[in-house]
Amino acid sequence: MALPLIVLLPLLGSLVPLLGNNRQRNILTGMTALLPAIALGLVLIHVPDVLAGDVPRFAMHWVPQLGLDFALRLDGLSLLFLLLILGIGLLIILYARYYLSAEDSMPRFYSYMMLFMTSMIGIVMADNLLLLWVFWELTSLSSFLLIGYWYHQSEARRGARMALTVTGMGGLALLAGFLLIGDIVGTFDLQTVLDSRDLILADPRYLPALLLVLLGAFTKSAQFPFHFWLPHAMAAPTPVSAFLHSATMVKAGVFLLARMHPALAGSQLWLYIVTLTGLVTMIYAAYFALLKYDLKGVLAFSTVSHLGLITMLFGLDSKLAVVAGLFHIINHATFKAALFMSAGIIDHESGTRDIRKLSGLRHYMPVTAGLALLAAASMAGVPLLNGFLSKEMMLTETLDTGILGGLAWLIPVLATIGSLLSVAYSLRYVRNVFFGPKAEDLPQTPHEAPFFMRLPMMVLVALCIVIGLLPALSVTGLLDAAAQVTLLSPRPELHLAIWHGFNLPLLMSAVALAGGIGLYCVRRKLFSFHRQFPQRNALMNFEFNVRRVQTWTQTTIDRLENGSLQRYMLWLIVAVLFLTGSGLLDLTQLTGSEPTQPLDGLLIVGGVITILAGLGTAVLHRRRLVSLVMLSVVGLMVSLAFARFSAPDLALTQLAVEVVTVILLMLALFFLPQRTPKESTGARIVRDVLLAAGFGGIVTSLNYALLTRPLDSISGFFLDNSVSGGGGHNVVNVILVDFRGFDTLGEITVLCIAAIGIFKLLNRLRLFMPSSDSEGRPWSKDLHPMLLGTVSQTLLPLALLVSVFIFLRGHNEPGGGFIAGLVTAVALILLYIARGVDWAQARLSFHYQPIAVSGVTIATFTGLGSWLFGHNFLTSAFGHFAIPYIGEIELATAMLFDLGVYLTVVGATLMILANLGKLTTPHRPSKENDKEAL
Amino acid sequence: MEALFSTVTGFLAASGLYLALRGRTFPVVVGLTLLSYAVNLFLFSTGGLTTNGAAVVGDDATRYADPLPQALVLTAIVIGFAMTAFSVILAMRVRGDLGSDQVNDQREESKEEKS
Repeated sequence: MALPLIVLLPLLGSLVPLLGNNRQRNILTGMTALLPAIALGLVLIHVPDVLAGDVPRFAMHWVPQLGLDFALRLDGLSLLFLLLILGIGLLIILYARYYLSAEDSMPRFYSYMMLFMTSMIGIVMADNLLLLWVFWELTSLSSFLLIGYWYHQSEARRGARMALTVTGMGGLALLAGFLLIGDIVGTFDLQTVLDSRDLILADPRYLPALLLVLLGAFTKSAQFPFHFWLPHAMAAPTPVSAFLHSATMVKAGVFLLARMHPALAGSQLWLYIVTLTGLVTMIYAAYFALLKYDLKGVLAFSTVSHLGLITMLFGLDSKLAVVAGLFHIINHATFKAALFMSAGIIDHESGTRDIRKLSGLRHYMPVTAGLALLAAASMAGVPLLNGFLSKEMMLTETLDTGILGGLAWLIPVLATIGSLLSVAYSLRYVRNVFFGPKAEDLPQTPHEAPFFMRLPMMVLVALCIVIGLLPALSVTGLLDAAAQVTLLSPRPELHLAIWHGFNLPLLMSAVALAGGIGLYCVRRKLFSFHRQFPQRNALMNFEFNVRRVQTWTQTTIDRLENGSLQRYMLWLIVAVLFLTGSGLLDLTQLTGSEPTQPLDGLLIVGGVITILAGLGTAVLHRRRLVSLVMLSVVGLMVSLAFARFSAPDLALTQLAVEVVTVILLMLALFFLPQRTPKESTGARIVRDVLLAAGFGGIVTSLNYALLTRPLDSISGFFLDNSVSGGGGHNVVNVILVDFRGFDTLGEITVLCIAAIGIFKLLNRLRLFMPSSDSEGRPWSKDLHPMLLGTVSQTLLPLALLVSVFIFLRGHNEPGGGFIAGLVTAVALILLYIARGVDWAQARLSFHYQPIAVSGVTIATFTGLGSWLFGHNFLTSAFGHFAIPYIGEIELATAMLFDLGVYLTVVGATLMILANLGKLTTPHRPSKENDKEAL
Repeated sequence: MEALFSTVTGFLAASGLYLALRGRTFPVVVGLTLLSYAVNLFLFSTGGLTTNGAAVVGDDATRYADPLPQALVLTAIVIGFAMTAFSVILAMRVRGDLGSDQVNDQREESKEEKS
């Protein structure tokens, strides 16, 4: 169980700093360091096992459907990285305690830091490709927080954004690559993937998978041409840079190369892409490192350059090259972290990082100067330090590569040039800053940093020396274990030693050293040569391009979505015409095999009336009231059609809804213009008529084709099981409240939401209340005709009785909650119309919102009730009960559900209409009334 | 009978669509209502046109209409009412807040005014 703890302890640790505050700096630092220190201890416990070749694993299902497991492993490669991440991470925690000023929030800094550390640990320990990717994305996100830590600075915000964009896009590419690999192999389990190299290499999807994975690795490791984000990430506090750009963030990319090496390497494609990208990056970045004036800028470009070196080594087709790459990962992490810390100390103590201003600092800070000197020497590859060893190995491996055929000599030559540049910028870093005359005009008078700020540097430089002097003793075991995982076949014998005798690599090393010193001496010529080229700012270019993409998308959106409903409708209809029309074209003939039924006179009359009323609605639409009357004729005819074709429930529902709809539209029309102005051009009208005719034609054809073809329905099941399973004879109602009860529950919820939405829309609506109709005639003052009032009052109890009757018989005869609810609503609305809102409001002193909501609640709880009896949601039960004088009746839980439907319909309908009606009175909803209503 | 039924559906759909393409809110709402009638009829007819065969299980009944489309259409009618209500109230609100009952975004016009 120790394995998950290595990941989870630092994750927990990201919350720990939040308990502390800025005033207790030492306590806070100790608290933060505790959990990662324990995690490091756990890692160290495993060291003997791992070095012996064991791979401890842990696996737990996470989302098995996706193949995502929380699977961890601790092999040699993970161990190498874990030691770097946790070891250097702890040193950084100590260093940051002295680096951060009183204004910087330490808890926030440490919290981000621990989050980042967790995600790095997750990457190196993941035993599942998808899990690896999850942690990979987490590093992008947490590094965004770290780089943008000083979010009050524009540079930091922009740098963070750029880093996130570039690495985030790489992350998406990586996911795509992993998905392809998972598809090829059939699993995301890391070991299986690593063991299936032959399968992957033979697959046609190898090329895209490789390119996508490399895109992920190269963006993360800042390889050319994606290197530009890294120098701008230097806007972060220096401890962040020291951590992200020595041991972690950018190393995640090369870690991925090492991790996927067994599965993806071995093809010419890998050899050329990886090697050449690394080589180009190494030289390109080294050249720019020489030109930078900012200390951190020099270090940033040198980081890119060294990452290029490591990438190149992973690309080469020799086994020792991979070992050299792993070795350089350790060495680069140690000397680069130390150098970043020195840059931070210089910045902290002297107030500037500009090489042109700094000079002679060794007089002020001799210890720091000495440490930085040693670290820079290691970076330059000076013998007796660790950087020398890996550089020698690198030069050796470039000599016998099969790449580029007859031009193979280019590789060692370019590698030597890269080393030469590395010597030159290392020398410049040390010589210009620490030597020379004492700088006088610095923002602050520098002095030595506190001991504990220098301590992490001392540890790192000591490592540089120990590894440099005793490579065989210190790192051989670790490298061997890591190489064992990275290389499939028997690993090569490792001979780490300072002295290999006089040979070509030594000569190349000497050339690089001498040439570097020479180049440093003539650097001013190089600077003036470089000034001829136009200066380019990667950040500006990047933001310019981002803005261009934004403008382009905005233009496209504006063109497609211009705010015209008519245009959207047009596109929609054209699409419908096209899709449905092309479907109809596939039919051999319109009329199907089924015999048609005979017509009778009544049907013809009904059909003609419906068609005329429908056309009338459209043609007379400018006179809105007339159009509305026509619409109601259509509604009534539809209701009759339902009655004619054996759908009594539908006929009743349609009839009730028709009444409610027309009342609603008439009320709305009172507040809207009575006539539609004539504004469509002739061409527009012709276009719309053609579209409408085309649409109507297609609907008719479709409907006819459907009606004349044999029907194969699942309804037999409902008809057979309605009585036995649902306890009701009215199959339509049983479907609504029982078989498909869940649909109905959703539907009444929608109804309730729509009513509440309308209630809120009407709230504080300010509308001009017309005093006359469109022809200037004043509205009648005789608001409440006595006859209607009397009739409606008399009708109310009758109507309520009818609705109860319809409700109760609904399960067995046409009726049910919907229809009963509508009948009740219509009866109450009639009262409102006949007597006016004031009169009705005074007598119906309850609110409709609770009724609608309680309806949905009852229906839901009826459904939940079946859980109590161990059944599925909305399972119904029924039984027969004998009631004195009435006889035997049947009661079903479906009836309770139907009650919910009934209440929702009544509540929602009245909520809509009564509130709309209120607008016509002095009691218009306002803020005050609203409070009262609630 | 089938031909007449589908012709009616088609005419209702065409009239509804023509209204839905108008530029003012009220005709659009009326058009949507008309369209929903057409859609309901269409949906209903997918179960076939049955005479004298209400889907109420009884001893003497010989044939039943397909109950499933009926159940679907019943909910569609109620939902259609909710939609009509919501859109017409929205139209009122738009008129109250923006002072216009046009369906098109006013942005376009303000752009034209500027240019």
